[in-house]
Amino acid sequence: MPMTEAFLNVGLNHYLILSALLFTMGMIGVLMRKNVIVILMGIELMLNAVNLSFISFSSYSGNLNGQIMVFFVMTIAAAEAAVGLALAVAIYKRYKEINIRFFEQLRG
Amino acid sequence: MNEQLLLGLLVVLPFLGFLFNGIRFTSKNYKLAGTVASTASGLCFLISLTLVAKLIGMPEGERVITSHFFDWFLAGDFSVSASFLLDPINAVMILVITGVGTLIHIFSIGYISHDERPSKYFAYLNLFLMNMLILVLGDNLLVMFVGWEGVGLCSYLLIGFWFSDPEKAAAGMKAFITNRIGDAGFLLGIFMLFLSFGTVTFSEIATRLPETAEMMWTGPITLACLFLFIGATGKSAQIPLYVWLPDAMAGPTPVSALIHAATMVTAGVYMIVRMSDVFVLAPLVMNVIAIIGALTALGAATIGMTQWDIKKILAYSTVSQLGYMFLAVGVGAFIPAMFHLMTHAFFKALMFLGSGSVIHAMADEQDVRKMGGLKKYMPITHFTFLLGWLAIIGAPPLAGFFSKDEILWYSFASPAGHWSLWVAGVIAAGCTAFYMTRLMCLTFWGESRVPKEVHPHESPVSMTFPLIVLGVLSVVGGWIGIPHVLGAIIPGHPPNVLEHWLEPVVRMLKPEHASAAVEFALMGISLSVAGISAYFAYDFYLVHKDRPTMVTKKLGGLYSLVSDKYRIDEFYFGRIINPLIDLSKGLWLYIDINFIDKMTYLASDMVKGSGQFLRSLQNGNLQQYALYISLGVVVTITYILMGS
Repeated sequence: MPMTEAFLNVGLNHYLILSALLFTMGMIGVLMRKNVIVILMGIELMLNAVNLSFISFSSYSGNLNGQIMVFFVMTIAAAEAAVGLALAVAIYKRYKEINIRFFEQLRG
Repeated sequence: MNEQLLLGLLVVLPFLGFLFNGIRFTSKNYKLAGTVASTASGLCFLISLTLVAKLIGMPEGERVITSHFFDWFLAGDFSVSASFLLDPINAVMILVITGVGTLIHIFSIGYISHDERPSKYFAYLNLFLMNMLILVLGDNLLVMFVGWEGVGLCSYLLIGFWFSDPEKAAAGMKAFITNRIGDAGFLLGIFMLFLSFGTVTFSEIATRLPETAEMMWTGPITLACLFLFIGATGKSAQIPLYVWLPDAMAGPTPVSALIHAATMVTAGVYMIVRMSDVFVLAPLVMNVIAIIGALTALGAATIGMTQWDIKKILAYSTVSQLGYMFLAVGVGAFIPAMFHLMTHAFFKALMFLGSGSVIHAMADEQDVRKMGGLKKYMPITHFTFLLGWLAIIGAPPLAGFFSKDEILWYSFASPAGHWSLWVAGVIAAGCTAFYMTRLMCLTFWGESRVPKEVHPHESPVSMTFPLIVLGVLSVVGGWIGIPHVLGAIIPGHPPNVLEHWLEPVVRMLKPEHASAAVEFALMGISLSVAGISAYFAYDFYLVHKDRPTMVTKKLGGLYSLVSDKYRIDEFYFGRIINPLIDLSKGLWLYIDINFIDKMTYLASDMVKGSGQFLRSLQNGNLQQYALYISLGVVVTITYILMGS
């Protein structure tokens, strides 16, 4: 069974490569896209990529600390999403559009 | 009351008057303003009388009242205190200042009644009085300097009192700037004295003087005296800084009487008399002072003969009379200088106020060619002016005769004197008699040339009263200084009260070979010169009226040179002021703009350029910030990986 074998052979490296790919995709989203909501999604993606690597290391080293850290990250992510979306709503109410460039006006 | 308090009050009272009128400076109530100011001044006069009475009560040789108010500043072992000193020298001054000052305050009430800003005028007048008293009462050079600057400021404010006329405002500035040049010299003199003696207090300087006189130009005392004298030429309008005084006549006439004839301009003379102990140690400077004084007396008197503005004539007369005083101090005749200072204050204030009365009556006309025959319209003004005229041309026994003759005698017979100084003085006396008689003829006598629309009238009592008092003083003022030779032949042998009063505190250079016969002969010559000149003026301007034109035509260029005031103003503008302005403009355009400004711009451009670069990083673009963070992380990680 080449397929099952392939699944059985999934190791730490695979998880980490996936995590790195997810993180890069999220970062590109944050850096390149103009829509605030997409940027927030990019941030979520980056956080979850980090979560994935935490869990993988935790599972392979048999240390639960990494999994506990993930809960913290998820809590922070939820809070961050709430604030970020509130900002997005505020921007939308004012400009009828959700473009990141409107935040430029907040500079001192 | 004790003396210290009285001395303080002398300064405080005019200051209160200044505050009162200064705070309500927009008020047009000239009667209230004038009453307050005159009261302050009058009280000062009463205080001065009390103080002088106390001085007289003291034993001779110990007549000093000092008053220490506070320590002004301390630096190492050098200290200056704000203290006053009253001794016989400035006793004469405070009586003149407050006495004549009060009369002029009273006169001003009538004179300024039609003006827009009487309160401001009286505020300045009181401020002047305060500063003048500080000047004469200060017991050290720095306190004196405070007053010295203060009177300069008040003089500027009052000359430019009608500042909406650009010419008058310019006259104020001219006076101020010319005075500043002198003040710089005065300050340098103070520094030199401090360097030589380590103190600026008069009494301490007197105790540290060397025994022998300095005979070099570079000696410290000589230099100090020279600088102090430069200060005096500025304040007292001597060659080469006299040019501001004739222009200062732009101010109200009572101001000309008070500041520019009776008091402030004599500050230089007072200063030299106060420092006479030091000046006698610098005989070279004394010679310079005598020569400058004689030249000023002569030059200004000749200009005075050619002027047509009644106030300008009196102004040049003042410059000339101040020249006499400097001639006197230059030959070591300090007491006659003070004597002439006092009598001149009486008769010149009288004549300025008289001219003010005339100008007031003529609806602000100052040209003597448009006057004439005013005698019948203004009997009191005419009569008092007549007394002033007799006093200044030196008719015995009026005030000017005694004081001027004392000066001429000393300029001839004093060890520092010279016959040429005497000749210059006598010619100046002749010129004086000529231009004053000319002024009398053109203004008061002869037929009227008054324009039909002007109706001359006698001035109100507030203006004629001071004239009468000053008229009396011009007659009797000289009797306190009757020279010994004259005193000896007058029944009752009147003593020389003033000389007796000042002798203990002033060091005089006495004539070595005094001979009564010579003194009488010189007196006779100067009297006859004055008499003949006066007769000539009378003949020229009342009897043979075609002669002045004939003479001026004959003199031609010489006349126009004199009537153009020797073109000194033009010379100053052409050779000093304009080149200085051009130099400043050149420095501004080439050095300042092209060099100094560029240097500073370079520095600011560097800061701005670096800021420009850093600014672009801080543009508010969130995604760029995120990029920087990411790049930073990448760089950090790469560094760590490479390092390990």
